[in-house]
Amino acid sequence: MSNDSTKFTRLPATDAERENPERATREEVLDFWADRFGVPPETFDGHTFWERGKGKLWVYRGDPPSPVDVEALGMTFLRTRQEHWKPTLEAVQRFGEHATACVVHLSAGEAEAFVAGYDQELDWDGDWGYLVVTHDLAGRREPVGVGLYVYGELRSQVPKGRRREL
Amino acid sequence: MEPPERYRAIADDFEAFRAACERPLPSAIRVNTIKASVADVRRALEAAGLAYEPVDWHEGLFVLPDASPGANWPYFHGWIHGQEEVSAVPAAVLDPEPGERVWDACAAPGSKATQLAALMDDRGEVVATDNNLGRISALRTNTERLGATSIAVTHEDARNHSLKPFGGAEYDRALVDVPCSCEGTIRKNPDAFEEWSMSHVRGISGVQKDILERAVQATKPGGTVVYSTCTFAPEENEAVLDHVLDTTECELVEFDLALAHREGVTEWRDDEYDPSVRKAKRIYPHFNDTGGFFCAKLEVGK
Repeated sequence: MSNDSTKFTRLPATDAERENPERATREEVLDFWADRFGVPPETFDGHTFWERGKGKLWVYRGDPPSPVDVEALGMTFLRTRQEHWKPTLEAVQRFGEHATACVVHLSAGEAEAFVAGYDQELDWDGDWGYLVVTHDLAGRREPVGVGLYVYGELRSQVPKGRRREL
Repeated sequence: MEPPERYRAIADDFEAFRAACERPLPSAIRVNTIKASVADVRRALEAAGLAYEPVDWHEGLFVLPDASPGANWPYFHGWIHGQEEVSAVPAAVLDPEPGERVWDACAAPGSKATQLAALMDDRGEVVATDNNLGRISALRTNTERLGATSIAVTHEDARNHSLKPFGGAEYDRALVDVPCSCEGTIRKNPDAFEEWSMSHVRGISGVQKDILERAVQATKPGGTVVYSTCTFAPEENEAVLDHVLDTTECELVEFDLALAHREGVTEWRDDEYDPSVRKAKRIYPHFNDTGGFFCAKLEVGK
């Protein structure tokens, strides 16, 4: 495990501390969640952000010295180094309850189709791109995962291994 | 002599013990309080039309008499995790506090590591170690689905666990749920007794001693270590404790457990163990209609 791409490197706090120009900063990540989904930056006050490989960010509760060479550090969180940053399903399930924008709420049947991996036509007046998808569960509006809304269609982004016929 | 016969003298009411070993065990789930409350899960199970039965000793565990835990909404959301009742014992006994640093020495597939993270409100650091990459993959799947952000995973032999990646500090607590002969899983794995061999018990017992020693060394003075197995063999239980009491600075401490159990045995065949191993607890399948389990709590000396 000596290859650098397997190591976790802590995100620099701001642009001024950035050594690798392609690496996202903590500030940019907080701005992304706030600007796109309305998630308040203080939601992540107790967490550190880490990059492993190119653009794959992880969220962790601890604060080890960077870089750290281990198998996993908390949870996968966000894909950067591409035009449109993409949150993971797990990040949306964990933190999506704080989202107030770019949230699409599905009916029971629509949510089942989404989790099974199907794309579906949907009326949506908001921004195109990655959305937080919610449905009703046990009286809560619960985030299920990430959908990609384009051309009148919500495309399920549920990873193959997580898809279920419920 | 082989199990179950070899435990005739110590498994209270041997015939009931043997009969219980032959009954299959229903599925059980643990509420993942990182993502949902016990009340949320009850409502979600009801909405899904799934029957569930509470257990007496732990409010966050339910037995599912007619279902497997995998194909329903609360599972998809990581609100629940399939985990056998006795498997939830050691993390409850370790009882970590939010903000602490905890080592899980043999962590995959992660039921106990994620339970530790939940007990800590997902605040602090759980270093989850395993030596098998395939099992680590299962552990990773579980930490992701359950939304545990406080778990770091290392791939190494627990006997040589390094504190270095995390800055070198010792842990507040450690959970040592070691690989074992798994006799206590007979109700889920009917081959457990057929696959049993004395040479495996002897071999694994050496590994267990080394892992527990490493855990005591890696824990701060005054810190807590919990040792557990899912087996009845004293060679893998009291004998391991007896060895580590000799070789490291630690002692066994009392703890409460609201599941019926017997105390640790101090004599087995030609061996005698330190009298304090009585403070360990043996859970037999016929006591609480569960799997078999062994659990001990140790305090690390100054």
